[in-house]
Formats: sequence, C-alpha cells, structure tokens
Amino acid sequence: MNSSFIQINEISKHFGSVRAVDNVSFQIHEGEFFSLLGPSGCGKTTLLRLLAGFEYPTTGNLLLDGIDITSLPPDKRPTNMVFQNYAIFPHINVEKNIQFGLRKLGLSKEQIEKRVKDVLSLVKLEGYEERFSSQLSGGQRQRVALARALVRQPKVLLLDEPLGALDKKLRDEMQLELRSLQKEIGITFVFVTHDQQEAISMSDRVAVMSEGKIQQLSAPNELYKNPQNIFVSDFIGETNFLKASTKTQDGEYINVSIENLGEFKIKNNLNISENSFDAVCSIRPEAMKIDTVKSDWDICLEGKIRQTSYLGEMTKFYVETKELEKIITVSSQHFDNQSFKNNDCFISISLEDISLLDKK
Amino acid sequence: MLKALKSIYARSEPAKAYSLLSPALILVILVMLIPLTLMLSFSFFTQTSFTEINYSFTVQRYIDFFQKNLLVSLLIKSIKISFLVTLITLLTAYPVCYYIAFYVKKNKMLWLVLLTLPFWTSYLLRVFSWKIILGTKGVINSSLINVGLLNEPLTFLMYSETAVIITLTHAWAAFALLPLYVSLDKIDFSLIEAGRDLGLSRFEVFWKITLPLSLPGIIGAILIIFIPTVGDYVTPALLGGTDGRMLSNMIQGYFGKINNIPLGAASATIMLFTVAIVTIAVSYSTKKLSQRMS
Repeated sequence: MNSSFIQINEISKHFGSVRAVDNVSFQIHEGEFFSLLGPSGCGKTTLLRLLAGFEYPTTGNLLLDGIDITSLPPDKRPTNMVFQNYAIFPHINVEKNIQFGLRKLGLSKEQIEKRVKDVLSLVKLEGYEERFSSQLSGGQRQRVALARALVRQPKVLLLDEPLGALDKKLRDEMQLELRSLQKEIGITFVFVTHDQQEAISMSDRVAVMSEGKIQQLSAPNELYKNPQNIFVSDFIGETNFLKASTKTQDGEYINVSIENLGEFKIKNNLNISENSFDAVCSIRPEAMKIDTVKSDWDICLEGKIRQTSYLGEMTKFYVETKELEKIITVSSQHFDNQSFKNNDCFISISLEDISLLDKK
Repeated sequence: MLKALKSIYARSEPAKAYSLLSPALILVILVMLIPLTLMLSFSFFTQTSFTEINYSFTVQRYIDFFQKNLLVSLLIKSIKISFLVTLITLLTAYPVCYYIAFYVKKNKMLWLVLLTLPFWTSYLLRVFSWKIILGTKGVINSSLINVGLLNEPLTFLMYSETAVIITLTHAWAAFALLPLYVSLDKIDFSLIEAGRDLGLSRFEVFWKITLPLSLPGIIGAILIIFIPTVGDYVTPALLGGTDGRMLSNMIQGYFGKINNIPLGAASATIMLFTVAIVTIAVSYSTKKLSQRMS
C-alpha cells in the first residue's frame, strides 16, 4: 500500500480575505477511509473541492499517485465525487445517470452494460433503472449518487457529507454499508463530515479541521483518548474542562494544581511548560464514577445532582460541587435518577483519566 | 335557507374554484371568446358593397386567401421575420441570463432591473427611437458618413425587413430574459459540477445538462416572442416600408381602408391557426430534440 497516495503539500485557498484552507500539508494512504472533520466553515469542503478540481489552490500543490494534479480540471482527474445534495440529473433516469460518466471512457456497449449492472447490484438498486430522481427516496438517491461515482472506478472517491440529509436510522445503516463497501472495493475514500460520531465510527484516520488548519490527524481512538489540543478535546465527544496551572516537571509527570482540588501529579504527554497558567484538564463524563457512597479514588468529591437526562443505555448527571466552578457532566450505566436520595452523590476521578491540555 | 346554501358552498370545492375564477372567466368571455367567435363568423360571410355584407355561409374567403399570392407570401414573410426575431433574441439573451444566473453572486435583482430598464418606456417610443438610430439621417448613417466610411447612407437600415427585425428583437428581448433567467437560475450548480466530475468538458456539460434543463425557459421564451411578433403591425407599419410589411398590416387594411371585413377575418383566422401549429410544432420538436441529446 502506498502511504503517500495523495500528497497535500502546503495547500492554501483564499477567497478574498478569507483563508478557507491555510497552509495545510498531509498525506492520505492508498485504500484508506479518510475523514475530514470539523464545524461548518472550517475548510473541509473547500479542501475536498480542491481535490475534486472544482477549486484551484492559491498556493501549494496536490499529488495523486505520484502525479501532480494541482491544475488539472475535474474531468481529467481520477477522482469522483458524491455530492451533498446528490446532484442526480433530474432529466434522465437512474440508468442513464449511471452511464453518464462512462461515455468518455471508450468502453464497448457490453462493457458499459456490465458495469452498470454490477454497480447497481453493489449498491442494491436493481430494478430502479427506469426511475427518475423525483421518484426516489433520499436513501435511494444517495445510492444512485454513489453508483454513478463508483461506476467510473475512480482511484479516489470524494464524499461531501453524503449522509447529512438522511434520517438517523438510515444514516446509521448507510454508515455501516459505506464502510463495508469501501473495504470490499478497496478504493480510497475521502469523506467530509461535521458529525464527529460519523467520522469516528467509519474512518481509518480522521483529520480534525478548524479555521482552515488541521488540528489533529490520527486514528479515531487516538483522537478520543489523546486529543492534542483543547479544540479537538471539545469537538470529539463530550468532556469537562477544569482550570489548572502547572508547577514543576517530574519525569514524565508534571505537578498540576487544579482549581480548588489541590495539587496532583499528571502525565504530561503534550510537554506543557512548567509554571503555566494556561493549562486545562479534560475529563470525559464516562471516565468519572458517580456513586451514593464515598470511594478511595484519587479524587472524590461530594456533590448535588442538578439535572439528569436519561438516554436509555446510560444516564447523564449534571452535578454541582463545592470545589468546582462549573457544573460537571458524569455519565453512568449503573445508576439513574432514582438511585440518589436528596440528589446527594459522590464523584470519583482517577488521575490517569485526566488529560492535560494547553488552553491555546 | 341561506344557511343551507352557505353550507353547500363551504363543502363544494368546484363552487369555490369557480367563484375564484369568475372575474377572469367573465373577462375572457367578454374580450376573447365573443370577439373571436364574431371574427370566425365574419370569415364565412361576403362583402357585397362598401357597406353591405351578405350573411350567407361560404368558404370562398379562405379560397380567396390562398389564391392571392400576396397574402400567402405576406404570411410566410411574417413567420420568417418572427422566426428570425425569436432566434436572434434567444442567441443574445441566453448568454446574458447564463452569466447572471451562474456568475453574478450579489445583486442579481439589480442586473435584471437594469436589463429590463429600457422596457419601462412605451413600446411606441422605443420604435420611434429606432427610427432615429436607423434612419437615413439617423445616428448610424450620419456618424458613418461624418467619419468618412460612407459616401451615402445605407438604405437597407430603414424601411426594410432588417429594420423590423432589429426593432422587434429589441422590443421583445425583456420578455425572453425573464423565463430564460428563471429556468437557468433554478439549475443547481452542483449538477454542472457533477457533469464535469463525470468526465465531460465544459462544452459537453452545456449540451448534455445545462441546455436540456433550461429547456422550459427556452420554450417559454420562444412562445412569448414568436406569438406576439407574428401579429405585430406597429413596427412594420412605422419602420417596415414596403419591404418590411407583414400580414397584420394587410389585415388592418381589410378592416379599414380596403373594407373587406370577411377577407380580413379569414386572413386573421388563418394566421391564428398557423401560429398555433407553428407553436405546437416548435415546442414539441424542441422537447424531442433535447430527449435525443441526453
């Protein structure tokens, strides 16, 4: 497998004074499911459109499989796109939509028929050849868009928030299907989404973007467990931030004073400098323990439950404590809102679950 | 009793529909249906003297029409002029609308208002201003002579078919702009990008996607220009001279100076049917053509 299949070298794209993509460099491996994740306006769609050839970079260059494609028009690139709104041609039927991209490939009539038939069975749309876009459901349109792009056997499939318009159930189904489809055909997928759960569940690697820059590029579990900065920590999953200041370094650890809780030794993975007032501690809601009785964990706080939300597989508790300024969120699979008398509870934290981040 | 009627009315969808339609319906009956019926009836009568009409049924007027070479050739000329006007308008308006629909990002409305600005003045005034531009001592001729490019004025500019075509094209352009713009503006730009993404060049994308999808606007523009220009008589009367005369000028004559109302009515009826047939044929074949293209 080629680990620098797509090379994005110092790419910037400016629209007037707006830097949609700001000096970004990274590589996408051959055959991987790669996601660009970020809030709207972070530059992820612009980056995808740069790969497709709908936009040209202000600076930098793009290499695909060793070939410089920076200034190639979209019809000359071995990429195909699944559009956010599917962009199915409304004036021709499903079959013709799918054949559309095959005209210029110089295939025989039999080859075209075979490819269309194969791709229709791949996306499970046999029997829909004669339908028009207006006669299809959202999920079916999505499959047509997918088939139309895949039938050209591109080297890279670009997907621009293709699941955004589907309802939750269908979206979950399509996530699994897209993932297994990608494994089956082995084409490199570049997937744009603002939905962190979607990106985490489907991708081999995820690039989290914000303000035109890559904030972190790593495997989904790394993103969740070891966020590189406060933005990633906040954007991926849910977390509690506690104010902190660093003291002296001690081997891999650093002494940190956390709000009114006292001083603790915490692993300093990100090499945060000593005596900094700009540090933040992040603790995931499910990493904490909520209980009716005290525990012997590193930190144990007495608190009052201010609100609960029952989510079926777990319950979220919003707890106020004497020591901490903000209400903290804890989730539990064992307890629900009926478990606590007078809303009194104890929250326990293990130091291992605290990640130390820089505020900036 | 009144209550019962009210409740019947409240429940009856057709009753509500007709009461909403009634103002328009009355107007159409008064100003369209009755005059058209009268015209159709008169085409089967005979003008016996200057003031008298014989009301016995005859189809002789229709035979007269096709026996008079002048009338048939005027009909053909009317269609030819309208056809050219429609074609030129489409070819000039389409790129403008394309530009506004896809490339103008801000103030699209302003562009449309500016384009239709000339049409805020009266039709007649615009026809007269073309007279000033195209005339023997008009803007074009006098400037060409003053610059020294010409010795004598270009005669084909004024009182000719050319003059009629230029004036009608300009006069009706706004009516083509709007349907064309609306149909182009409705096209999702990602469809055009999808076409490019699927390997087609700009030109191919235009033929396979943009043009077929803007077809409703094109047909609309064709109908909106072709139908009124075939019957236009102001422009040919003022700018056409003898060369640029159209059938409508002749029909006007039959109802006026020549005073042969039945023949005028028959000519008008023939024109009406010809326009109907041409219109249906044009929209049908345009649709077929686009299906074949994609």
